[in-house]
Amino acid sequence: MAMTIHVDVVSAEESIFSGLAEFVVLPGEAGELGILPGHMPLMTRIKAGAVRIKLPNDKEEVIFVASGMLEVQPNLITVLADTAIRGADLDEARAMEAKKAAGEAMANRASAMDYGRAQAELAEATAQLAAIDRLRKRRH
Amino acid sequence: MAGSQEIRSKIKSVQNTRKITKAMEMVAASKMRKAQDRMRAARPYAEKIRRLAANLSQANVSEYSHAFLARSKVEVVKRVGLILVTTDKGLCGGLNTNILRMVLNTMRQWQADGATDIRVTCIGNKGLGFMQRMGANVISQIIGLGDSPHVEKLVGPIKVMIDAFRDGELDAVHIAYTRFINTMKQEPVIEPLLPLSGERMGTPERGWDYLYEPDAQTVIDELLVRYVETLIYQGVAENLASEQSARMVAMKAATDNAGSVIKELQLVYNKARQAAITTEISEIVGGAAAIAG
Repeated sequence: MAMTIHVDVVSAEESIFSGLAEFVVLPGEAGELGILPGHMPLMTRIKAGAVRIKLPNDKEEVIFVASGMLEVQPNLITVLADTAIRGADLDEARAMEAKKAAGEAMANRASAMDYGRAQAELAEATAQLAAIDRLRKRRH
Repeated sequence: MAGSQEIRSKIKSVQNTRKITKAMEMVAASKMRKAQDRMRAARPYAEKIRRLAANLSQANVSEYSHAFLARSKVEVVKRVGLILVTTDKGLCGGLNTNILRMVLNTMRQWQADGATDIRVTCIGNKGLGFMQRMGANVISQIIGLGDSPHVEKLVGPIKVMIDAFRDGELDAVHIAYTRFINTMKQEPVIEPLLPLSGERMGTPERGWDYLYEPDAQTVIDELLVRYVETLIYQGVAENLASEQSARMVAMKAATDNAGSVIKELQLVYNKARQAAITTEISEIVGGAAAIAG
């Protein structure tokens, strides 16, 4: 039997693949990477593309990833797939958008932090909850 | 039969309320199951990236140390960032009140300890509204994540906070969310996020001497940003599971309450009805006696 290596493909939202493979082809940042069991430890970014995993039973599993990170240990390959399409400028645009939304919302805020008011608001909510609790207890 | 019509319509309206709360309870129960699954599904990635980060933090100290890891201990934390995770909607018991009270006390404590600059990133409508009314410095926000939070939506608001830390504008970043313990119990927590502590990452299994492509710095940068995002995503996922179970419990209580209100009203109605009948009979008897007499 040919040598095998354990492969895990996971994304932040789910586990995509986990199992043994004979050979894995990945779209590395610097070019296609073919990884066999016993490869030296490597860490790199991967680009959008197909991850091809050759299984021991001569079948092939193909997984598309947007981008991500790859870690190789002699007996373990880990692909951390991004769930979103990433890029420095794209992330920057997202950050700007979030900032802008906050800025608009903050436009009419009070000048200083008003702890007292916040405290009063919370106290009211807490009192309401306590009242509901008491009502329930009394009824039963 | 004066008043009995009013009682009947009141009963009707409470019954309708009960139908709604019952429906909301069932919706929350099914969403809670999904939210818990999502929480579990996120674990393998979190576990992997935690191990990777731990390996890196050990393997690479000499070559390049990242701003997230290495930071000389600041005696007085003057500038603090807080990522506040709350729900978008209400009707979930004391969930948001509890976390907001904790956040308020903590922020007060920070100020008392000498913090002059507190910046907040709000994830969720309730926290945002609270921070605005309070007049806190909200630097980024995201609302309307829905029932299936995606990392994609979190990237932007988080980046604002992470960048501020990286550029040295903040000494520390904390995250506040409601931890899911079980269906009946959720707990508000505020945890330190940045700088990354070795404790949280655990000890590395063994220091690999990695080959980096294109170079160590780029790879470590990317990885650590993802690690921080993962920690936050986990907080959001836990918060969602907490929200749904808190809502389920709150709606169950409301349904039970409506049930006992209906029971009481029914009793009052029956009494009123009986009284009306008795009066009517006594009137008839009285009338008949008058004629006979």
